[in-house]
Amino acid sequence: MSDSRDAVLSASGVSISYQTQNPVHAVRDVSLTLHRGELLGLAGESGCGKTTLAYGLNRLLKAPALMTSGEIVFHDRHDGDIDVVGLHGDSLRAFRWDKVSMVFQGSMNALNPVLTVRAQLHDVFTTHRPAMGRTERERRSRELLGMVGVDPDRISSFPHQLSGGMRQRVMIAMALALDPQVMIMDEPTTALDVVVQRGIIREIMGLRERLGFAVVFITHDLPLLIEISDRIAIMRDGRIVEYDDAENIYRRPQHEYTRELLASFPSLRGVRGDFIRSGTRRKGARNG
Amino acid sequence: MAERGSGRLEARGLGKVFRMRNGLRITTVHAVREASFTVEAGRTVALVGESGSGKSTIARMLTKLERPTRGEVLIDGVPAAHHGRGLARYRRDVQMVFQDPFGSLNPFHTIRHHLERPVRIHHPHLGSAEVRARVAELLDRVQLSGSKRFAESRPHELSGGQRQRVAIARALAPGSRFIVADEPVSMLDVSIRLGVLNLLADLQREEGLGVLYITHDLATARHFSDEILVMLRGEIVERGDADAVILHPQHDYTKLLLEAAADPDRLGLLRDEVRAGAQTGPADAVG
Repeated sequence: MSDSRDAVLSASGVSISYQTQNPVHAVRDVSLTLHRGELLGLAGESGCGKTTLAYGLNRLLKAPALMTSGEIVFHDRHDGDIDVVGLHGDSLRAFRWDKVSMVFQGSMNALNPVLTVRAQLHDVFTTHRPAMGRTERERRSRELLGMVGVDPDRISSFPHQLSGGMRQRVMIAMALALDPQVMIMDEPTTALDVVVQRGIIREIMGLRERLGFAVVFITHDLPLLIEISDRIAIMRDGRIVEYDDAENIYRRPQHEYTRELLASFPSLRGVRGDFIRSGTRRKGARNG
Repeated sequence: MAERGSGRLEARGLGKVFRMRNGLRITTVHAVREASFTVEAGRTVALVGESGSGKSTIARMLTKLERPTRGEVLIDGVPAAHHGRGLARYRRDVQMVFQDPFGSLNPFHTIRHHLERPVRIHHPHLGSAEVRARVAELLDRVQLSGSKRFAESRPHELSGGQRQRVAIARALAPGSRFIVADEPVSMLDVSIRLGVLNLLADLQREEGLGVLYITHDLATARHFSDEILVMLRGEIVERGDADAVILHPQHDYTKLLLEAAADPDRLGLLRDEVRAGAQTGPADAVG
């Protein structure tokens, strides 16, 4: 029962627009509650506002994007409620990555190509834990790599020496570094091969089980979300059109768009032709 | 020239070795080994596998963008030419649809230009009026109705799905009998993917087009093809009737791919499995 658990991040009435000549209302009146340890799937097609919403939750919006209304409250495990919208300067810097971290879209390419993995992992600690010594930084960095299934000795590697899957794992290690309570993952596995993708998702699920962080998992891959999420929000044109348990979304979709999205993915093992096709197969094709 | 809806495209013992220079050292990569298969007119063959498995190299050898190191490509039983008029004739029969409809259409030119060019090149005897009629017919065949407006627009005015339909029309323009479609929908939004795949299925069914559908998506491979070939590191490790390969996989790699594919019917299973594993596993794994 997800409702019995306490919330870690709640957003209400969030609207974000891009203040260009013809303002684009990318996110409209979105309300979400993320519970502690929950995996919330955010599904939608390109341009539906899912990435903009993720950036809004993390206060990463840059002009011309502007949050025009709404409240975002982070319910800290230790320090009580934090009004995310009101943060600025040092308090905002202390909040980001420490409380809510993010794995960016295409983050395989988000690593700095001219710095070693070591330099990039240490950087998180020198910025956020200035009191930490070099030995401790190194110990913690290696430990993080081990946690995400990368050989700690790869710490001296440059990003180009790692495979796509390993780079993605390094990005996840980086997001885990400060023991955040929420991790926002924007299409974390989209560019990867399915077998690698499955390995990383298993890793994320396992880490969540052990460390207890909540995940906002953003993707257009609805079958994947149904498989792994506790709850799912379906977004379209900046609005959440349906928000329910994964099981209800799959078995009892209420909104027409949810049904349309579900119908876009033919079933792997189900009856052949059990989705909309524009015609019938030629006779005999199946015996071929 | 053979009629549309007849013939067969065959790969016989195709192999491709890439030699790469790394300083003084030369390394060889066997991108494809001994690939043999046939695409008959009116049938769809799916080639599935992960990136680096050699799928695209096969596509490029079939469309003569890459010369095979060994083996050959045959059309209607005759080896395809590597150059000159023979190659031009081959290209009239076999065309390719690329993955990225944003990159494969020239932003400076209208859709009409994209479609007229292959028609003119492959049918130089046609007059302007006939070329225009062909373009209208092509747009109609890919279900871009109101063809006039589409013909005069430029790629940036079209959606991804519409662009990919234009790319298919362009591949059909020479009068092709076979289409090699390399991940034709993976760059498109999910809700329009089936529409484009259905278009290819309609062309295959109604016009007898032979399609080689290259994809990493097992579900659409199963639903949109007659036969599936599974590739692993340059080799076809499993092949057979589409349903048989997906429902009763024989090779370990096919099983692994199927295991890794997202399946909503396994709702919550991974979570339960991970949870059970976490309880029995080492409790102090994290310091």
